[in-house]
Amino acid sequence: MLCDDCKKRPAVVHLTKMVNNEKYEKNLCEQCAKETGEAQIAFQPKYSIHNLLAGLLNFEPGTGAALTKNQGVMPVCDNCGMSYTEFSRSGRLGCAMCYTHFSQQLEPLLRRVQGGTQHAGKVPGRTGGTLMLKNKIQQLRQDLQKYVSNEEFEKAALVRDEIKQLEKDLNEKGGE
Amino acid sequence: MSLNNILDQPLTSWMKDPGPDNDIVLSSRIRLARNIGVIPFPNRATEEQLNQVVETVKNSVGDLTKETGTAFMFLDLDKISPLERFVLVEKHLISPVHAQEAKYRGLLTGADGVVSIMVNEEDHLRAQVILPGLQLEEAWQVANSVDDILEAKMDFAFSERQGYLTSCPTNVGSGLRASVMLHLPALVITNQIGRVLSAISQLGLAVRGLYGEGSEAIGNIYQISNQMTLGFAEREIVENLQSVAGQIVEQERLARDYLFKNNNEQLADRVFRAYGILSCARIVSSQEAMRLLSDVRLGVDLGIIQEIDPKIFNELLVKTRPNFLQKIAHRDLDAMGRDMMRAEIIRQTIKRQT
Repeated sequence: MLCDDCKKRPAVVHLTKMVNNEKYEKNLCEQCAKETGEAQIAFQPKYSIHNLLAGLLNFEPGTGAALTKNQGVMPVCDNCGMSYTEFSRSGRLGCAMCYTHFSQQLEPLLRRVQGGTQHAGKVPGRTGGTLMLKNKIQQLRQDLQKYVSNEEFEKAALVRDEIKQLEKDLNEKGGE
Repeated sequence: MSLNNILDQPLTSWMKDPGPDNDIVLSSRIRLARNIGVIPFPNRATEEQLNQVVETVKNSVGDLTKETGTAFMFLDLDKISPLERFVLVEKHLISPVHAQEAKYRGLLTGADGVVSIMVNEEDHLRAQVILPGLQLEEAWQVANSVDDILEAKMDFAFSERQGYLTSCPTNVGSGLRASVMLHLPALVITNQIGRVLSAISQLGLAVRGLYGEGSEAIGNIYQISNQMTLGFAEREIVENLQSVAGQIVEQERLARDYLFKNNNEQLADRVFRAYGILSCARIVSSQEAMRLLSDVRLGVDLGIIQEIDPKIFNELLVKTRPNFLQKIAHRDLDAMGRDMMRAEIIRQTIKRQT
């Protein structure tokens, strides 16, 4: 098969594009594909997770591109100056505050690439706030359910008391 | 411990010390990504801010030494040559990306090479723990305590909802990447590896080659790691990978058993051919070395070859890498020079044994 554009060299890139629900197919040689920019992804020598992420960000309806069109303004992080456009190009955020500034756009992305949107792991003592307590309670509730379904009611009672105590601690801390 | 020690010794702890299931699991690794408060991530930080990170991290050298009982040192990547930086990559102490940009980039490492902390790679801190064999749980405990020591002096970027905040959203949450390096020759020879790997990817785990992201599986060595970091407790991630790794080890054992019982003569022939080439050849490419070393190692693990200590494989894995060869040679080598040097080092190492 020859390239659709130059009709000289053999086609090595086979593209299928969906535009407004219509399917376009194109077969290009390496050179024409590079020139039209159609095959950037295929020819990037170091295609990494960041490129893939950037791809997700750019083409995801209802988040990145579509959302910002409605708003008219691209969100920018006022701590590090990173714009959402830059992030969607590089796949890397600029600072911790970006997570707050781009939260609306990040949420759907995290749902896609991660196992959930709520952190369930370790909490640092210095910057973790009351989360350590909350997580501990969460963990104990899971234990409680397990004990109840295994009919280990003595153990369940102990865990229940522990949860009560922790919830009391949490309320006191929250009220400070 | 000196810099020369770190650079010249091919073996760090995970390569020479024994570990559980060490005949199949070369190493277990835990990596934690952390960033300091509101300082922009390295891709966005000014030189001044990068330096601020470096200075903050240096403050923890004493604490790490005191609390772990292992001497730690800080290595400024700008003060060593590019060649030496790539030797650190070949020893798995820093990543290929980290070796490229040196200014305000550093490595904080313990004398035994178990703990190494990359400073200003993609995140401010990337703490890594590598242990020999299948010891993910243990590696996580070490990483966790190192994290506690670091956290005592630093305010890590953290949010209640997204956990530890990282430059790339694929690391956010626990910031934890757990991985195991597996030598799976029998699964490859018996054509079962495809089935095993596709099952792995359905479990939310990723498969890579020896040198991480983007590298191919050479010498039948596969690296398997968790993909998702947010929404799971560290313990869950570690236990999940540990149990999957355990099952792959079982599969590999079964395949080895099968080969040993049913194709003994072919297997022995393959192993001894590889042994023959490695003990006599004068020019060996990196690819060929990895392939043949894999065969010989399988022979040693199955007792077909008895006079070789399995430890030399991990040693040769590092020693025969292009940059390490040039470090030993004390000069630049072209491709042919490296292939000759590689052949010589393999011959010497094998002869030392017999």
